[in-house]
Amino acid sequence: MTQARVRLADREGFLAWIFLTPTVVYVVALVAIPFGLAIAFAFSDVTAGDPSYDWVGLRNFERVFDDPVFWRSLWNTLIFTGISMFFIVVFGKVLANILVADFRGKWVVRFLVLLSWTTPVALSSVSWLWLLHSIYSPVDWVFRELGFIETNTYWLGRPNLAMASVIAVHVWRLVPLAAVIMMVGLLSIPTDLNEAAKIDGAGYWRRMFEITIPLTFPLIAVSALFGAIFTFTDMAVVYILTRGGPTNSTQVLASWSFLRGIGGGDIGQGAVIALFLFPLLLAAAVLILRAVRRVETI
Amino acid sequence: MPVAVELRNLRKRYDGGHVDAVDGVDLATEEGEYLVLLGPSGCGKTTLLRTVAGLEHPTAGEVVIDGAVVNGLPPRVRKVAMVFQSYALYPHKSVLANIVFPLKAEKLDRAEREKKARWAADLLGIEELLDRKPRQLSGGERQRVALARAMVRDPQVFLLDEPLSNLDAKLRAIARDELKRFQERVGTTTIYVTHDQAEAMGLGDRIAVMDRGQVRQLGPPVDVYDDPADTFVARFIGSPPMNLVKRGGTLVGFRPEHLMPAEHVQGEKVPLQFEVDRVEYLSGDRHVYGTVTGLGEDTRVIARLPSMMVGEVTEGSHEFAVSADRVRFFDEDSGLRTDPVRLGATGG
Repeated sequence: MTQARVRLADREGFLAWIFLTPTVVYVVALVAIPFGLAIAFAFSDVTAGDPSYDWVGLRNFERVFDDPVFWRSLWNTLIFTGISMFFIVVFGKVLANILVADFRGKWVVRFLVLLSWTTPVALSSVSWLWLLHSIYSPVDWVFRELGFIETNTYWLGRPNLAMASVIAVHVWRLVPLAAVIMMVGLLSIPTDLNEAAKIDGAGYWRRMFEITIPLTFPLIAVSALFGAIFTFTDMAVVYILTRGGPTNSTQVLASWSFLRGIGGGDIGQGAVIALFLFPLLLAAAVLILRAVRRVETI
Repeated sequence: MPVAVELRNLRKRYDGGHVDAVDGVDLATEEGEYLVLLGPSGCGKTTLLRTVAGLEHPTAGEVVIDGAVVNGLPPRVRKVAMVFQSYALYPHKSVLANIVFPLKAEKLDRAEREKKARWAADLLGIEELLDRKPRQLSGGERQRVALARAMVRDPQVFLLDEPLSNLDAKLRAIARDELKRFQERVGTTTIYVTHDQAEAMGLGDRIAVMDRGQVRQLGPPVDVYDDPADTFVARFIGSPPMNLVKRGGTLVGFRPEHLMPAEHVQGEKVPLQFEVDRVEYLSGDRHVYGTVTGLGEDTRVIARLPSMMVGEVTEGSHEFAVSADRVRFFDEDSGLRTDPVRLGATGG
């Protein structure tokens, strides 16, 4: 008989450490340390030209708060996030219902829909930059040919249209993600329940609002929060489309922090602005974890 | 009064399917009866029930409910109520909200809804559970909630799809008894689908035995058991099933409990030699395995002897017999019942 031996692979406590280590290293290096640095820089006079650390107390905060562009950015961030989240959930829900339905060529549609999510945000933003170009915009061309407009629209050149454009691009790129999350929710509802509701006399809308939506609510919440987080923290769409313009009318915290801290070299102020992203992200994380717990208890 | 449900030459083939799941079924319920659809899995019984409910659309034929053809009509206008195998209670709603749901869909006003729900809850003895959520209920309680939800609609017919199969064996007997008493009280025509012959025999006023999409036999439990229409029914019903012995072009059938030591068989009897090779002692019964000779081809059969009546049976050859009026005959090719054949019976 061969000697029975405990192998390394049998020691679960040891394995747990091995498997967890990469994640821990990753999170510490790319989340915890930068976060700590941001807090440290926020109270310093570090600039791109003079990286020596000197404590300056709340001076950076005072300067940032005195700047109306900061308040405009904060406001824009909240507006963009709120409106995008609303449309992401509504369109995502509609799309999810379409994706679970049975029809010919379903996989093609699923594939096409997911493309906008899988395309890197910088690339898709560049395409949008062209689509919304002040002179060569194909969108304008189509509208002109159809007779809706006479002259170019200047999508990114007028404050309100520029804001709408930024929101539209966010919605366009995040709806597929929301749809896939909600689709998982729809697929997890036992078919029995819908059939029972049909026999119980419920029509489409009653089934939607009394059965489907309550049962998938946790996942709807998760997709809403994902939409919010991705819009809230994103700077690529704004940076590529408008650089925050015209006259800071589309400036958001992420882009303003980047322009101030990296573009302008004032690391301290950039860090202060970026720190304002933290409270909402924390709240979103708490809400997501709660929603997930609700999924587990149903 | 029109019959609650009538099926006329009903056929159902699923998209992409190669055979008819339901293959030309004619069936009509009698007023207030308990009709059981019994068959092995895949025989089409659940498809048939779902077609009546309107969850499936027939490929051909007609579904008639309360005198009107309802083909193509959605489930909600059919006045049917269904209890699913899983009970399909809405997990996020309280018991009361579950029961009220069909009434809300009917747009009954709030007071009326509440009254009716409480009446149903009272009838099924679940008043105390009204505020609970389905996950806080036992299997038997869930069944009662599902029944309450079904009955508040005053349906023309109850459709029950294997409602007992999720319960453990002990609870199943109690729940079966409850189902039967419930139906007797409300008197609504019920179609009940099961693959369990004990449920079918115990609950059904009539049993429709189904196989491969067709109804093989329709009749009261006694008829289906004592006078099976073909070898499928003979083999499917009864535990252990009917013994079939080949004799020429005929199959000679007799139930295990009718194969007894010759001295215990009264009246005209068919004698045969029984070569016993194994005996199983079950509670109250003895299952005796062996080979019969002298009737037709040598065939392995089972005899079921009540241990009270018959003494010890040992391995070896024994004189056994079957009462002549208990023997059934089937055509070997078609499997259908045929006229009796002389077997050289002897008087008792």
